[in-house]
Amino acid sequence: MKRVYAEEKWCIGCHLCEYNCAFANSGESDMAKALKNKPVFPRITVEEDNKITYALSCRHCDDPICVKSCISGALSVQNGVIRIDKDKCIGCLTCILVCPYGAVSQGKNGVVQKCELCLENSCGEPACVKGCPNRALVYEERGDDK
Amino acid sequence: MSVEYIYPEFEVIRNENRCICCRVCERQCANEVHRCDADNNLMLSDESKCVNCQRCVSLCPTHALKIIKSDCALRENANWQNDTIKEIYKQASSGGVLLSSMGNPKSFPVYWDKILINASQVTNPPIDPLREPMETKVFLGKKPDKIERDDNGNLKCELPPQLELSMPVMFSAMSYGSISYNAHASLARASKELGILYNTGEGGLHEDFYCYGENTIVQVASGRFGVHKDYLEAGAAVEIKMGQGAKPGIGGHLPGAKIVGDVSRTRMIPEGSDAISPAPHHDIYSIEDLRQLVFSLKEATEYKKPVIVKVAAVHNIAAIASGIARSGADIIAIDGFRGGTGAAPTRIRDNVGIPIELALASVDQRLRDEGIRNNVSLVVGGSIRSASDVIKAVALGADACYIATAALLALGCHLCRTCQSGKCNWGIATQNPDLVKRLNPDIGSQRLINLMTAWNHEIKELMGGMGINSIEALRGNRLMLRGVGLTGKELEILGISHAGE
Repeated sequence: MKRVYAEEKWCIGCHLCEYNCAFANSGESDMAKALKNKPVFPRITVEEDNKITYALSCRHCDDPICVKSCISGALSVQNGVIRIDKDKCIGCLTCILVCPYGAVSQGKNGVVQKCELCLENSCGEPACVKGCPNRALVYEERGDDK
Repeated sequence: MSVEYIYPEFEVIRNENRCICCRVCERQCANEVHRCDADNNLMLSDESKCVNCQRCVSLCPTHALKIIKSDCALRENANWQNDTIKEIYKQASSGGVLLSSMGNPKSFPVYWDKILINASQVTNPPIDPLREPMETKVFLGKKPDKIERDDNGNLKCELPPQLELSMPVMFSAMSYGSISYNAHASLARASKELGILYNTGEGGLHEDFYCYGENTIVQVASGRFGVHKDYLEAGAAVEIKMGQGAKPGIGGHLPGAKIVGDVSRTRMIPEGSDAISPAPHHDIYSIEDLRQLVFSLKEATEYKKPVIVKVAAVHNIAAIASGIARSGADIIAIDGFRGGTGAAPTRIRDNVGIPIELALASVDQRLRDEGIRNNVSLVVGGSIRSASDVIKAVALGADACYIATAALLALGCHLCRTCQSGKCNWGIATQNPDLVKRLNPDIGSQRLINLMTAWNHEIKELMGGMGINSIEALRGNRLMLRGVGLTGKELEILGISHAGE
């Protein structure tokens, strides 16, 4: 299965992935309209300290603990992609607590959000990868499926 | 003191309707032009620090930024131009020599732009390169004057060492130190893929790049930085650098701040020490001395590698080249006055040397007149900007061209001409690890390959138009060129007729 992989070596810490993610999932056609003067809820976040930067988003684990922990059935696995049904999410945040990567976050209106590989939004492919200026994010098959 | 204040050269124009305060510009600017006023959710700029490298413009996701030249100007004066006056202010304040980077930006004539190329019509058919084979491969090195046979009448096929290039272009010398590890990695990888060569410059060869040796020219310059036996043996050819087009007659100075980590190890000098290349080679004061170094290097590499001698194009270039051709060198590289640099005194860069077009034409003619043109191959550099410049250079007599500025542009350089600051936002002319990583060689090498592939297509198209199917048949074929708007003397030196003749 194709996944988004972060190449820490090439991450320049520009945070463009976060904004491209937020824009792609905003439903708007203009980035300024979507993000100007509004709180931004990206599903990918750049982790950084003085030396290291890399972008982090859902790993789409083969045996996802977040899905197991979801008490409302909002999280599910569909064709290997972990999806969130926002109508079902009750905002208990258990998934955030159990995710070993910290890749799940609370979005607008208190419900949980996470990377769904831009499969259903207007971008059609991961916007973070498409907009990364230094190929520090790649979307590829690495044959590490079980 | 207020008299020292100079209004910034550039202004940052931010379209507030588009700016989303994502702070990408702030994070990407090593010059610290941009900053965020979080209280008011506003981005602010300190334009006095802007060098117009366009990094922020390129990365702004909403295209909210542009950089323009400031219109705050001193009173117009054709003699005392703005830049001239500001340079005076700068020197009156600092007392120092002005430094600049990249090639001469002054408005000297560009002869390439005053030369036009021929095409076939009616009586001699053009060739369609998409349908017929076209040869752009060239071999650099000493060529035999005549065919020789052994006692049995068989041809003697041993040639002096030759460099094989898939197209008549190479990446010219840029040292590891003046440019980054990733820039070198991009050049090395692209050269291998393209079947051409790149040049280490005077900075030694990083151990990671020995595997690209077949596509590497190793340079020996006046500071002898990084030169040792394995280094000489690693390359496909050895280049003796006598001069550089951007700064003929002076040496180099890589500040200690850039001599860090691997740069120090590769140059074989202590960390933090300034790398000063002397103006002359202290062992070369004549053609005979040069000959000694040429043969020392040949001896060290068992006569298996061609030796290149690189000189800047200066007034007596034809006589100098004639001497070099007799020194035992296999290839002469001539660097015109528009060639780039990582740092040079402004006055030297802008006023010393001659145009490569004139130097090339006079050298080729002189070597032909003296019957020694086959002793050497000629490589020219110093602002070769396009495939048509390459074609014109070959028709004027060059065997191949060196490009560097064009290659850096492909890597992302926006010609802001502040390499000397070491804060290249594009990750090219810097040793700051955070900036170096901005140039991913996977992207860089592919862009170089794209550029050269495009040029090669264009070279074939131009050759085909002239009815020539081999680059060898174009070399020195000055009948394929015509001048426009040139004086009789210029045409005479270039050895071409005026358009209409």
